[in-house]
Amino acid sequence: MNLAYRLAAGGAGDLPRLPGSLHLNRRLSQWLRFLPDGTIEVRSGKVEIGQGITTALAQIAAEELDVPIARIRMLPASTAASPNEGVTSGSLSTQESGSALRYACAEARAIYLEAAAARLGLPAASLTVVDGEIVAAGGARSSYAELADDALLEREARANVPPKESSQHRIVGTALARLDLPHKVYGEPRFVHDLELPGMLHARVLRPPSPAATLASLDETAARALPGVVAVVRDGSFVGVLAGHEEIAVKALTALQQGAVWHEAETLPDASALGDWLKAQPAETTIVDERGVSSAAGAAHTHRARYTRPYLAHASIAPSCALGQWHDGHLHVWSHSQGIYNLRADLALALALPPENIVVEHVEGAGCYGHNGADDAALDAALLARAAAGRPVRLQWSRADELSWAPFGPAMAVEIEADLDAAGAILAWRHELWSNGHSSRPGRAKTPALLAASQLGQAFERPLAINPPLAAGGGAERNAIPGYALPAWRIVNHRLLAMPLRTSALRSLGAFTNVFAIESFVDELAAGRGEDPLALRLRLLSDPRARAVLEAAAKRANWAAWEKREGRGHGIGIARYKGAGAWCAVVAEIEAGRDIRVERLVIAVDVGLAINPDGVANQIEGGAIQATSWTLKEQVRFDRTRITSDGWEHYPILRFSEVPRVEVEILPQPRQPSLGAGEAAQGPTAAAIANAVFDALGVRVRDLPITAERIVATVN
Amino acid sequence: MSARSAGAAATVRLDVNGAEHEVSAAADTPLLYVLRNQLGLKAAHFGCGSGECGACRVLIDGQAVASCDTPLWAALGKRITTAEGLGDAAHPHPLQSALIAEQAGQCGYCLPGILVSAAALLARKPQPAESDVRAALEQNLCRCGSHNRIVRAVLRAAQAVSRR
Repeated sequence: MNLAYRLAAGGAGDLPRLPGSLHLNRRLSQWLRFLPDGTIEVRSGKVEIGQGITTALAQIAAEELDVPIARIRMLPASTAASPNEGVTSGSLSTQESGSALRYACAEARAIYLEAAAARLGLPAASLTVVDGEIVAAGGARSSYAELADDALLEREARANVPPKESSQHRIVGTALARLDLPHKVYGEPRFVHDLELPGMLHARVLRPPSPAATLASLDETAARALPGVVAVVRDGSFVGVLAGHEEIAVKALTALQQGAVWHEAETLPDASALGDWLKAQPAETTIVDERGVSSAAGAAHTHRARYTRPYLAHASIAPSCALGQWHDGHLHVWSHSQGIYNLRADLALALALPPENIVVEHVEGAGCYGHNGADDAALDAALLARAAAGRPVRLQWSRADELSWAPFGPAMAVEIEADLDAAGAILAWRHELWSNGHSSRPGRAKTPALLAASQLGQAFERPLAINPPLAAGGGAERNAIPGYALPAWRIVNHRLLAMPLRTSALRSLGAFTNVFAIESFVDELAAGRGEDPLALRLRLLSDPRARAVLEAAAKRANWAAWEKREGRGHGIGIARYKGAGAWCAVVAEIEAGRDIRVERLVIAVDVGLAINPDGVANQIEGGAIQATSWTLKEQVRFDRTRITSDGWEHYPILRFSEVPRVEVEILPQPRQPSLGAGEAAQGPTAAAIANAVFDALGVRVRDLPITAERIVATVN
Repeated sequence: MSARSAGAAATVRLDVNGAEHEVSAAADTPLLYVLRNQLGLKAAHFGCGSGECGACRVLIDGQAVASCDTPLWAALGKRITTAEGLGDAAHPHPLQSALIAEQAGQCGYCLPGILVSAAALLARKPQPAESDVRAALEQNLCRCGSHNRIVRAVLRAAQAVSRR
């Protein structure tokens, strides 16, 4: 849960409101520390997951402190020392951590100016900071380094020092190069996978062959006979092996696979009829929003359509990995988790330990696009490290486990109806959706959400996936409320109470499918009226910033001058992420040959003040390419028992030759608050592509992914 | 050491990044584990274990190959180059400089393997067209969507080399 989630859940108490995560982490010393060598250590509870947040936060700190970026040292997050900022999710890190650091650093600067004023016998107002040097008009000098004293920041933040106006920014707003990239390009050890501790053992877990499988019997003889195997661990259906060498651990895993007998059961839905299956499940139904009379009396016509998306895999390039080490009943875990405190809470539940006996330290993993296997791997490592007699244990998942055991982005069905008058104007709008919850994150339930906890001999019941509250953006219902000025609507969410496949947060949660559905539906209405899709949207949009991104994308793509040619089409999609975040409009240009090929995506985005414009462009571009992959290629495949898409061959993602050209235009908004960029492009990209396919072929594909087979099936 | 004596560990010499190294491992050990765990060369990353994603690629006698499914015995007597061997902060390879110049990466996990594929391409075709670059990187997966920046970086590196 990010801060927004906790505030929505009532975690704020009666304390005076402070900006961002400062509200729940109020001591200045939690955020930064001045060292006598002139370095300033900055701690954020938000973690680098490939999105470049470390660089953006360092820019914010350097800006407010008036030091060059090189003086800022961003420390890795750890439950031993970092502010608790919940989960790095929801495109909220710039808002939550960035605002906290802006105010904390502005206040820290003022405190150091006061200290310098006392030392120099001058009024603080006469002092300025240049590159960490504190300078008076008359030439008297001091510095952060000279004054460095931890006691100065051992106080509660008051957030009473205004941060800089955007017109004063010299570091914020510039396309500073990413701080982490050189290390990665030179292949330096950087990832949790690269961590090597003295005496470290390598471990592998034997996961069941299907989601509901339980271990009937296990012959460990062959595995134990391999030279170098240190231990085989079995607890219920949880099985793992430890060895001194990684290749031995891998061989032992193969031996265990051959020695295991499983009970399996047909618990999975019919993958070819997911929409019907979703609608038939027991569900908790909530009215998300209602406005006006959502069923129009005088309607001349009602247009209806159902849209679906399949389960999606995170499909990170690295399998999940973690290290664990026990010492005197204390556990230390190294993890690429998005939420180190939440992980610690669930580790404490699963291992029956007081949380204070556990330290979770964040180390980067490969790109993270939501709740993947990182937390699960951490429990695996902790469980296996119990057999290591105090030695550290490095546990790495297989590719197959990564693609079949990490939580999936849930399958969804969305049905939209619009009552239209005789002229085709919308009188009322109804949006109903069916989906598992979009969060199984740890740290939220009475029982641990971590995978192995449900596979132990004394198994914990796996909590059902929930949806974050709407005030925090919602889950399945994210972006289900249309951004258009419509006279009446009713939005209904059915959260499934059966979960044969574990689901959790995947980049943009329900927004991807809801925006795909809404923006496809609007296109269908435009086609029904014979109206240009852009013109119809502009007629229905009153939000000026939404209109601005739409017009900017259309202009840059030269929408009006599009020349229709056989097999080519263009389409448009727009949304304001969560109804409260960044605005994003996408124009897609596609060619329909043997497969759909997206040639070009033109994107306009409004993220308020862009802390690092190139970082924003990189996130939007990356998000759009990933959304193109989801839209055209991706679906988790399974029979009634097993996941079958457990390798890249069966879970293909977009490759270099298939990637569209992407142009990103960032609308300048230096005086508006910063908004996250990581997820804004997902939904609009899918919609723009689907609408372009319709433009090219006259075929409306409502079930993702839009493959050649799907198009043929739709025509038939 | 031969493929037949797969099970038992033996000490052999391996030519990595221009230096001879002694390693002790069974002949069928994947080269990737030898590089990472015995030589401490962490640039080549495990991604899939079956040569499908490119994260573990290294150059063997100039060819970009997956080190995760190359057994140690197949690399003996050959020149192995990892991303570390291409260059470092003090002496960057033009491809490394170009990746930084284009800010071509997000998580960066795939980049060492991509560097290796691109280096093999430039060695065989110093002035590639964009389509050549995309074809050369077709077996390298990137999940963050940094593809276009990476392609621009490889073209930039080719330009930089040709100007020297």
